[in-house]
This record gives sequence, structure tokens and C-alpha cells, in this order.
Amino acid sequence: MLDADFFRRWMTATAVSVDREAERLTALDSPIGDADHGSNLQRGFTAVAAALEKEDPNTPGAVLLLAARQLISTVGGASGPLYGTLLRRTGKSLGDAAEVGEAELAAALRSGVDAVMALGGASPGDKTMIDALVPAVDALADGFGAARAAAEQGALATTPMQARKGRASYLGERSIGHQDPGATSSALLIAALAEAGSEAAGE
Amino acid sequence: MRMLINVPETVVADALRGLAAAHPELTVDVDRRVIVRRDAPVAGKAALVSGGGSGHEPLHGGFVGPGMLSAACPGEVFTSPVPDQMVRAAAAVDSGAGVLFVVKNYTGDVLNFDMAAELAEDEGIQVAKVLVDDDVAVTDSLYTAGRRGTGATLFVEKIAGAAAEEGQPLERVESVARQVNAGSRSFGVALGACTTPAKGSPTFDLPPGELELGIGIHGEPGRERRPMMTSAEIADFSVHTILEDMSPRNPVLLLVNGMGATPLLELYGFSAEVQRVLTERGVAVARVLVGNYVTSLDMAGASVTLCQVDEELLRLWDAPVRTPALRWGM
Repeated sequence: MLDADFFRRWMTATAVSVDREAERLTALDSPIGDADHGSNLQRGFTAVAAALEKEDPNTPGAVLLLAARQLISTVGGASGPLYGTLLRRTGKSLGDAAEVGEAELAAALRSGVDAVMALGGASPGDKTMIDALVPAVDALADGFGAARAAAEQGALATTPMQARKGRASYLGERSIGHQDPGATSSALLIAALAEAGSEAAGE
Repeated sequence: MRMLINVPETVVADALRGLAAAHPELTVDVDRRVIVRRDAPVAGKAALVSGGGSGHEPLHGGFVGPGMLSAACPGEVFTSPVPDQMVRAAAAVDSGAGVLFVVKNYTGDVLNFDMAAELAEDEGIQVAKVLVDDDVAVTDSLYTAGRRGTGATLFVEKIAGAAAEEGQPLERVESVARQVNAGSRSFGVALGACTTPAKGSPTFDLPPGELELGIGIHGEPGRERRPMMTSAEIADFSVHTILEDMSPRNPVLLLVNGMGATPLLELYGFSAEVQRVLTERGVAVARVLVGNYVTSLDMAGASVTLCQVDEELLRLWDAPVRTPALRWGM
């Protein structure tokens, strides 16, 4: 079972990896975006880590709702509402339970990804964060490691795609040949989930 | 790249402190990032709130004041502000007559303003929204995020702001804003990329002797790269591209807008060429504005915006305005 502590570790591991990869995310955002994805997410997840430290929410749902609120009120851009919605809807789906199973998490995360698609209007293949998140959720039944691999594969697979949503879409065919920064950061989020999972297994 | 800054993290806050010091007629909350005209809320009048990423100055903060915006929310560089800022701005300017959000059509701005509108309505504030999407360089709006909001933002904010200042009701201010946007088209070119403070190097590489056609205002490259053209050729290309998308009834307002690093000497020369092409195409220009108004940091280049007006819109354009970047008649 996964408790609040697991979800806190997921969020702090995301903060650490976003911090580590911020320059790479910004560099990916440069040719097809506006060169700020790394710094924006860094600001957001730094706020998430600080808020978790301060408020100490005690259920899985509460951890994600708090993280979502921080992202929505600090990130800005499209990433703020989109990542905020992902975590808020996932957190809401988990309800007030003190512990949740992996299957519940998978179902909740799927509802979160659905909410992101509804909000941003993107479908798989549009060269967005959805291209990492949908394969990850699909693979989650086979464990966190499988989800991580699927998300990373999904992010890599955005390179040959032509963007149809977000700022990269303005480039038309010129968006082809670049890995999508949003899919890349989504893969970091799922990798952090696997990291939190392996720590749990090692305990 | 050398920049006149302290550290990248504080550029927006530093600029807001400077704006506050230079313009005591504005109330600037540096920490919460809201710029409000000092006499807000103005009793009985609808209010205009806009906002967007920083790096487009004087848009939007430079357009706050009587006759234009009631408040503006600056985000990080090229990043939409967050809903908290917009709700705070709306609450600060609402007199009970409602608030119009002027939103440039970018995914981030749209999502954040949508969330803010819901939150503001929860607080009992009547909110209307107008989306600005005038950039004809985005041709395939089905498979993109839709046309970008660029130069027409200035026309929407000025003309709708004048309607609000006259005391016209929110519904009327909103319909004026929609009419201005529907009748406006823009096209922009870049002669050099811009450099965001966070990245510190140009957002794209433009080899010497080439230019980007159909750029946006966030340092993104354009639709097409070509060998360098003369001012006259760029004017021909830009105006023809715009007129493929609109058939203006006379007259129009013309904005020849600098992207940030192009000298006014060049902009005025370009403006002359733009007017030559418009004359050749039989388009009568009622008013011309030349300068750096909707910029993209230190990008070199320019954009052309045409705005279809009728007598009423022209009257509202000419109405008094008093903001840091645009002021006449008062």
C-alpha cells in the first residue's frame, strides 16, 4: 500500500530531478518554444517541496492537492494549469484514504491524464506531455518501472512528430525533429514515481 | 549575451519597482505582481484587466491608466501570469460594473485566465472575456493552438478601454473589444532572435543574410526563413499576406510595431513602405502608430497590424488616454 509518505517522496523526487534537468528542459524548449520550461517547473516544484515541508498533509490525496495548488499559483504558462490539473484530479480521485493500492493510483492517474487532455485539448500524437503520460498510465499495471520506461519511450517518440498543440504548433513542419519539452518533463514525473516506488520496495 | 540586469531571477520585480517609481499614478504591487490605476475602482464603470508574460513591454503594464487598462498582471518572462494575480487585479478594479479580461490567444494565458474568471465569479465579480487572435502567420488554426494575439492587443485595449472610460456597460465594452479583434490582422518578421534572461543565449540561430517571416512575440522562429529582403520587399510581403486574409472597408488604423531591437529610424522607413503598399492596394489609413509597443525582448524586426474601424471605433481610438506608453488628449 502507498501512504502519504510515498506521495511526498514522489513529489520531492520530482522536485530534485526537475532541478537537476532544468537546463535541459529549457534547452529543449528553445528551438520549438520559448526557452523557459525548465525554469518555470523548477519554480513550481521548489514551491511544492517547500509547502509539503511546511504543511505536512497526511493523506495521499491531500499531498497531491497541495502540490497542485502550488503549481497552479506559481508556475504560470500552460504548464501550471496543466500539471496542476493532473495532480489535482489524481488527488481528488484518491479521496481521503490514508493508504491506496497501486491499482487505485493507476486509475486515479488515468483520470488525471484525462482531465489534462480535456483542459488542453491535446490527444496522443500532438507532441505534448500527453505522449509520455498516456503510455505511462497504460503501462502502470506492469509496475512503476514499466511506466517509467514507457514514459521515457513516449517522450523520445515525440521527436519526429509535428506539434499540433501549444506554442510549438506555430512552427508547423519545423517542429519536427525536436523532442517535446512537456513530454520530457512528464517522463521525469513518472521516473520520480518509480524512484519513490523503489525506495518503498527497499524499505 | 550582456544584459542590463542584476540576476535573471529578479528581472520582473526589478522592472516593476522601476515602473512604480516612475509612475506614481499607478499602484504597483511588486510582490504580488499587479499594476493598477491609482483611482481604481472607478465608480459605475466597467474595468479592463489584461496580462501576460513579461518581455513584451510596454504591453501590458505600460497601458494601464485612464482610457485604457484598469489593471495588468505581468507573468515571468514569456510566461502567463497565474490566476491569483488576475483575481487580485479584478477585485482591485471592480466597481460592481464588471471586469473584461483581455486575453491573448496562447494556451497558457487562456488556461490561467479561464481559471481566474471562475474564481473571480465565485467572489461575486461579473467577468467577461475577449480573446485576441490577430496573427495571420498562423494559417492552420485547426492543427495549432490557433492564431496568436499580437499587435491587435493594443487596439483592443485602447478602444475598449475608451468605451469603458465613457461609462459604457460591460456587455457593450466586450462587444467593442470583439469587434476590434475581429477586424484586426497582423504579420511579423524577425531579423534576429531574442535572448531570454533565463537562457542567456538567443532563442534561435538566424544566420547572417537571412530573416524569419511570420514570427510570434515569444522568440519562437517564424513559419519560413528566406534570404534577407529590403524594407520595401518586407512591406510588400507583410501587407500582401495580411490582405490575403482581410478585405478592409476603409479606413483602417495602422500599427507599425518594433519588436524591441529595431531602431525607430528603420521603423519609420518601414512604415513609409507599408503605407506605400497600402496606397497601391487602395487601403486608406486613418491613423498611424509607429513604435515599440508589443515587443519580444531584444528581438530585431517589426510587425504590421491593420485594424478595421468605423466612425465609432475611430472616435474611441481618438478618445483621451493617459498611460505610461500611450497618452494623448489628456
